[in-house]
Amino acid sequence: MNEPASIRRRDTDEEVVFRARGLTKVYRMGEVEVHALRGVDLDLYRGEFVVLLGPSGSGKSTLLNILGGLDAPTAGEVICAGRDLVRISERELTQFRRHYVGFVFQFYNLIPSLTARENVAVVTEISTSPMAPEEALEMVGLKERMDHFPAQLSGGEQQRVAIARAVAKRPQVLLCDEPTGALDSKTGIIVLEVLERVNRELGTTTAVITHNAGIAAMADRVIHFSDGRIGQVETNEQRVSPQELHW
Amino acid sequence: MSALRRKLLRQFWSLRGQALAIGVVIAGGLAMLIMSLSSLDSLTQTRDAYYRDYRFADVFATLKRAPESLRESIAAIPGVQQLETRVVAAVNLDIPDFGDPAKGMILSLPDGRNALLNSLHLRKGRLPEPWRDREIVINDAFAEAHGFVPGDRLAAIINGRWQELEIVGIGLSPEFIYHVSPGDLFPDFARFGIFWMNRSALSAAYDMDGAFNDVVLTLTRDARAGDVIDRLDLLLAPYGGQGAIARDDQLSHRYLDVELDQLRMMATVFPVIFLGVAAFLLNVVLNRLIGNERDQIAILKAFGYGNLEVGWHYLQLVLMISMLGLVIGTGLGVWFGQMLAELYQRFFRFPFIDFQVRPYVYSTGVLVTLGAATLGTLSAVARAVRLPPAEAMRPEPPPVFRATLAERLGLQRWFSQPTRMILRSIERRPLKAMLSMIGIAFACGILMVGRFQEGAIDYLISAQFNLAQRDDLMVTFTEPTSVRVLQELAALPGVWAVEGHRGAPAIVRFGNAHYRTALQGLEPDGTLRRLLDDELKLQPLPAEGVLLNDFLADYLGAARGDLVTVEFLDGRREVREVPVAGVVREFTGVAAYMTLESLNRLTGDGTAVTGAHLAVDARHRDEVVAILKDVPRVAGVSDRYTAISNFYESMADIVLTFAFIGTLLGASIAVGVVYNSARIALTERSRELASLRVLGFTRGEISYILLGELALLTLLAIPLGFLIGLGLIAYIIQGVESDLYRIPLVVGTSVYALAAGVVLVASALSGIIVARRLYNLDLVAVLKTRE
Repeated sequence: MNEPASIRRRDTDEEVVFRARGLTKVYRMGEVEVHALRGVDLDLYRGEFVVLLGPSGSGKSTLLNILGGLDAPTAGEVICAGRDLVRISERELTQFRRHYVGFVFQFYNLIPSLTARENVAVVTEISTSPMAPEEALEMVGLKERMDHFPAQLSGGEQQRVAIARAVAKRPQVLLCDEPTGALDSKTGIIVLEVLERVNRELGTTTAVITHNAGIAAMADRVIHFSDGRIGQVETNEQRVSPQELHW
Repeated sequence: MSALRRKLLRQFWSLRGQALAIGVVIAGGLAMLIMSLSSLDSLTQTRDAYYRDYRFADVFATLKRAPESLRESIAAIPGVQQLETRVVAAVNLDIPDFGDPAKGMILSLPDGRNALLNSLHLRKGRLPEPWRDREIVINDAFAEAHGFVPGDRLAAIINGRWQELEIVGIGLSPEFIYHVSPGDLFPDFARFGIFWMNRSALSAAYDMDGAFNDVVLTLTRDARAGDVIDRLDLLLAPYGGQGAIARDDQLSHRYLDVELDQLRMMATVFPVIFLGVAAFLLNVVLNRLIGNERDQIAILKAFGYGNLEVGWHYLQLVLMISMLGLVIGTGLGVWFGQMLAELYQRFFRFPFIDFQVRPYVYSTGVLVTLGAATLGTLSAVARAVRLPPAEAMRPEPPPVFRATLAERLGLQRWFSQPTRMILRSIERRPLKAMLSMIGIAFACGILMVGRFQEGAIDYLISAQFNLAQRDDLMVTFTEPTSVRVLQELAALPGVWAVEGHRGAPAIVRFGNAHYRTALQGLEPDGTLRRLLDDELKLQPLPAEGVLLNDFLADYLGAARGDLVTVEFLDGRREVREVPVAGVVREFTGVAAYMTLESLNRLTGDGTAVTGAHLAVDARHRDEVVAILKDVPRVAGVSDRYTAISNFYESMADIVLTFAFIGTLLGASIAVGVVYNSARIALTERSRELASLRVLGFTRGEISYILLGELALLTLLAIPLGFLIGLGLIAYIIQGVESDLYRIPLVVGTSVYALAAGVVLVASALSGIIVARRLYNLDLVAVLKTRE
């Protein structure tokens, strides 16, 4: 069977974490129909670091939201851990998010009334075998500041807390939507280092959305998005460390 | 329509749920204001017109018997304008097909014409014709209770003679707007009637030809009632005068006054509470709105709108919400007012109650409402006015949180993260949390006020009729009678206990204070009429000295051990010094008690009784009542059991009406506070809650974070509400406390339970309505936008 180029990877026998087929998504915005996804097939493999690259409006965030169980496609299927996310109940989706996925957002979305440590704990308290919040914060280099509230942290620090929060439950997959979008390049690189470290040390499948082509060099695979479709897929033979990136 | 106006309307529409919740709270306050002010106004106007048109007297005096010639001397007292002498008598009634004992009072009318003072208003029929000595006019409440119409007949035992009377008219008099049989708590229209008949006929029956035993008079404008009464008392003393009273002490007038005082209190206390809560809610809502619309305010200002225009824009929103409250509240207020007027018409017998809401009542309502709303939101509006456009362009700075006191004390390991969020949110804005809690507490308190009466009345009844007054029938004699009559009563069928008592009208003096009442002589070891202390324990009658009831003791400032002076107004009119042996608790009337023996010794006129308490086998009750109707010496018989059941019957509607209004109003406050707080919390935290949903929290878990704070505040508010409720009830009770009756401060468990229950249900419902919005939280959208 001939698999499309978009889902082929270096070694096809590696374990597939996400398997999306024929995803389409159509929004109605008033009178207008917006085709955010026009038939996307994609596999994500265990432990890989993927960068989804594309201009705004190309559908990459929609894809990420569907993979993370935040949004449902108009058509198609997403198989993860043997279940089709499109067909499971709201309750099961919540459980899916609780146990399988870690999210990192452009605007951090920390809880202002909780300290860094508690922002991580809010997730570990409902997970099955999480790491200690302190451990997660140490991993992102914030052990010293873990009793600070979000209002007392810089943007980069807040984003690192958000990453710690996302990885503390040891998710199968880490989904990051423009994690450096609100940060300057220096801070952004520190954040990317953290993501790279998590991917390396924990083996968490990591998907990073960005419109910043400079980041692509640190990925195993780079998937180019445009107009709701996957354009080309590049495989980097050699991953570049974040310090060497520049944009 | 200007763009800004359009924005205003849309904003109002998008806030409709909250606007309605606040509007209802405003409406509650306004409804109480309009109800009480309009009732106060209508009652006062109606009463004044009635008094004026039917020439209600200023001074009232009762005596034993004086020759008509004394009239000239009375008329000559300086300050007397008009006077009328009358014959007034108590009668026992014999009503066809009515087994219960019934009493009445007959007043004389000048033959063939209406009374000069306290004139009759005839509803039906006519006045007795001259020389027709069987014709009577009866009061309308009594007629209503028995379905009497002119032409019907009933019988009365007039001075010992059974006499058939013909009803020719049905009327009412300003003297009996409120009328209770002596010693009763509440009106019993079926068992107490007021009759008017020709003076010649009544005089003949009572041996009062050319004499009178009652006089009423009006005063000239500059006369002082006290002076006239002093002169009058001097004149009447030799004729058995029992001390004249001014209009202020006249029973019907007094009851009406107490009622008007109560309305005056309602017109202030409740509107203040409701409008206070509404002002707080408006403040919170507007503050949140202005916080959310900082960028819009900035843009408006950047494009050249003035500070005042922006301020006025937001103030208009407040006024629109207030208008909503005004419309609902005015409607409710008029409705409540009419409901109250109907109740009044049942107890206060006016020819008509001119219930109307005069323009000043409306304008007061509008002014007070808009004033409270504006005052409450002034700080929020000022914030919008002062906001510099450049600063407003930037997003609102993130809220600053810190660890709560409990956590700083090291208790945090007990709290989950969601619980910490709740506690910190409360501690970050303690004032807001406290005011919300106070608001909910007031809801609880008002619910208690609406419900306490039933329990208090039960307590009063059980103290009065189960512990103190345990007779089945009470017989009153026409005059002091030999104790031998008690044996006759004991011989009646089914009567198994008889205890005589004596009432001696007297003035009790202590220091500068004095009070006109009757000294009651009771049998020392009686079981049918007993006295209680303030814990409702039995208080035995001391062999020597007098027991004052608590009201009289307070009034005189006398305590156990003091010597009071007793001036008897009857018989030999002795003046005696008597030691106070103690104080007894009573919820009605003003009285002093001693043993029958000591009373007889003090009055110095031998052993006599003026009445008796009877314990009667229920099977023989009707028979005994029938026999007593024919006993000449018996002026009246009262029946404890029917008095109680009748009382409950007449109270049921009042209790229900107040409970209904109270529940409606209390619940409206609870909903107003909880719903608004929850909506605002939702606005402030939807982003946070959506983030938690994304992180895998269930809807139940985020609902806990959203509503947990309110649940906690509600739970804390309930005990506070109990205190507020008790305070309000105590305030109300103290306001209506009078010599006529005192309502005990007794609040039953059911009152607490019900108030707490309604608050919890109202809060839970408001919470659920808001929590439903959590189901539609747009998880994707919230992640895209920056706060």
